[in-house]
Amino acid sequence: MRPKLTILSDTMVNQIITEAMELLRDPGVRVHNEDALTLLAQAEATIDRENGVARIPEAIVRKALETAPSEFHLYDLGGRPAVHYGGDSVQFDPGSAALAILDSRTQEQRVPVTADFVRFVKLVEMLPQIDAQSTAMICGDVPAEIGDLYRLYLALNFMRKPVITGAFRKDTWWTMREMLAAVAGGSAALAEKPIAVFDVCPSPPLLWSDLTCQNLIDCARNSIPAELVSMPLAGATAPVTLAAAVIQHAAESLSGVTIGQLAKPGSPIVWGGSPAAFDMREGTTPMGDVATWLIDCAYTQVGKALKLPTHAYLGMSDAKIVDAQCGLESAGGTMLAALAGVNMVSGAGMLDFESCQSFEKLVLDAEIIGMAKRLICGIEAREEPIALTLMRKLGHRADYLGETHTLKWFSKELYLPSETIDRGSLDAWKRKGSKSALQRASERVDSLVAKYQQPPFSSELCAEIRAITKAAAHKFGMEHLPPLTGSER
Amino acid sequence: MSSDLLSQITASLVDGDPDVTVTVTKQALAAGIEPLAIIDGGLVPGMRLVGEKFSCGEYFLPNLIVAANGMKQAMQLLEPELRARQQTLKSPGTVVIGTVAGDIHEIGKSLVATMLAANGFEVHDLGVDVPIAKFVGTVREVGANLVGLSSLLTTTMVIQKKVIEALENAGLRGQVKVMVGGAPVSKKWAEEIGADGYAEDAVDAVNLARQLAHS
Repeated sequence: MRPKLTILSDTMVNQIITEAMELLRDPGVRVHNEDALTLLAQAEATIDRENGVARIPEAIVRKALETAPSEFHLYDLGGRPAVHYGGDSVQFDPGSAALAILDSRTQEQRVPVTADFVRFVKLVEMLPQIDAQSTAMICGDVPAEIGDLYRLYLALNFMRKPVITGAFRKDTWWTMREMLAAVAGGSAALAEKPIAVFDVCPSPPLLWSDLTCQNLIDCARNSIPAELVSMPLAGATAPVTLAAAVIQHAAESLSGVTIGQLAKPGSPIVWGGSPAAFDMREGTTPMGDVATWLIDCAYTQVGKALKLPTHAYLGMSDAKIVDAQCGLESAGGTMLAALAGVNMVSGAGMLDFESCQSFEKLVLDAEIIGMAKRLICGIEAREEPIALTLMRKLGHRADYLGETHTLKWFSKELYLPSETIDRGSLDAWKRKGSKSALQRASERVDSLVAKYQQPPFSSELCAEIRAITKAAAHKFGMEHLPPLTGSER
Repeated sequence: MSSDLLSQITASLVDGDPDVTVTVTKQALAAGIEPLAIIDGGLVPGMRLVGEKFSCGEYFLPNLIVAANGMKQAMQLLEPELRARQQTLKSPGTVVIGTVAGDIHEIGKSLVATMLAANGFEVHDLGVDVPIAKFVGTVREVGANLVGLSSLLTTTMVIQKKVIEALENAGLRGQVKVMVGGAPVSKKWAEEIGADGYAEDAVDAVNLARQLAHS
């Protein structure tokens, strides 16, 4: 039996969907994108062009829900299915688009550069608990205008796992698509076996900006999975009652599903988000607040009721350093995400709300993720009878350690952590230098990155995506790309 | 080929297949391979590999114990063969080991006993809740040169000190090296009570026992 977390009653889920549908009728959703307004008008939504508001009747939304696929796979660069969006599959990727990196040496925040993100991609490749890459940070050593595509370019050079990404502009989306198609072996191949998901974010409350809406439509038309990331801020940009915040999330997400399916019925789409319960003292968006986690798990339940793949930003911390707060917040969110059955959990490595990435935190989060994955495997009988035969054989002897039954099952029954988690005696801990979790994590970062081996990547392909990136950089005043940190092919 | 059988024996320990260890040991004997060769060329390399893998974090306690049990079962077949050839294994030492009086915890103690036996020591495991006099008597009886004392309760730790005192009173303290272990036990405690050593885990215990037996 799979351990599960249920937040809402079925009645509540239905009421949430009902009210969300009502909101799409009145006040409707603001859509600042021409293409989307046209699609909605064609589907007979009521469009107020002057104010850019679409009032969407339930029938259109229901039709969209019928054609939206309930599952899809992401593929690794070797063409194998690596991530399953759908059902109760639970997978993890690092938090995306950080503006800062926590420097390994100084443990202070600074602007990331190429070498940092390359190191990060390598580290993610070496952590088996992490299922997908993300374009986790924005590099400061290239023009801001190519910030989105540049990190994808870097990731493609060093990754084998699929990647969760996003665009910051309408034109760069196409550049990113071009790179992905090149790596996948063509547009048709990319559509057949997607290697990337694009995050697309409505703005609370009930607004699709021109940029994000265009990204959504372009993804749909090109069969690239779009991950809706609605982010109500309970008490600030959404009502403070968590149920109402979930309704706002549902309304925004339903409008996203609708626009996407109108652009292309059957295009893959994800019910995702990054909500928070507004902190009423500091005016910030706490990722470590239990109310935040409740909104995430509740909207996930709604998404599952609608038979859509799900996503959530969970497993982050509001702490500025890798300390006890960092650990407790990351663990709480991660465990709940797993129990709630979120298909893709974004956030590993991320702290200071959603603004900073940390190599050391990523390594520690990987351990939490390992535990969470083990948690949702629950307890199985394993053998029939479960215990009788074995325990009668041993009688009153405590000799289970040497039993072949123990050898056979221990590595399946237990999550075996790395040395980052200290379980030695006090003496052993002292002998190893009385280190903190942060210090052990730091050592593990170094040792994992040192063991990384670049997967085979044809030099033609490498040159092709470098040319694409270089051309984009050139448009914004950069003549030469930063080197790929000594791993140039 | 004999080297093939020996490497199968090594692999069976590494793979945790004690039945295979026994079967192939029998085959090796039937094929005329000398017991000492089976031990040095098949069993000992296997145990060493398992110990190394444990130390570097690849293998865990179950791997260690299942291998040690495999070794033990193979040794039970080989000992009569050695005696018949009037050969003996050069034993690194004779150990008397047990959990002290008032304490019934045995996992760690049994682990160490198994590992010592698997590494060629002659082991007299007295079990748990062992009276002080029994330790002393057995040391005298078997001519032990090593004593292992286990205690998992802070309330019974002090008995380790009493055993050492009893060995002194019996004039046996000079004959033996005393190792102590157990969760509440530490290097500091070992020094405080006049023990000769303290080991972190079962693999360490074997290394320590070898060192102490030589000194």
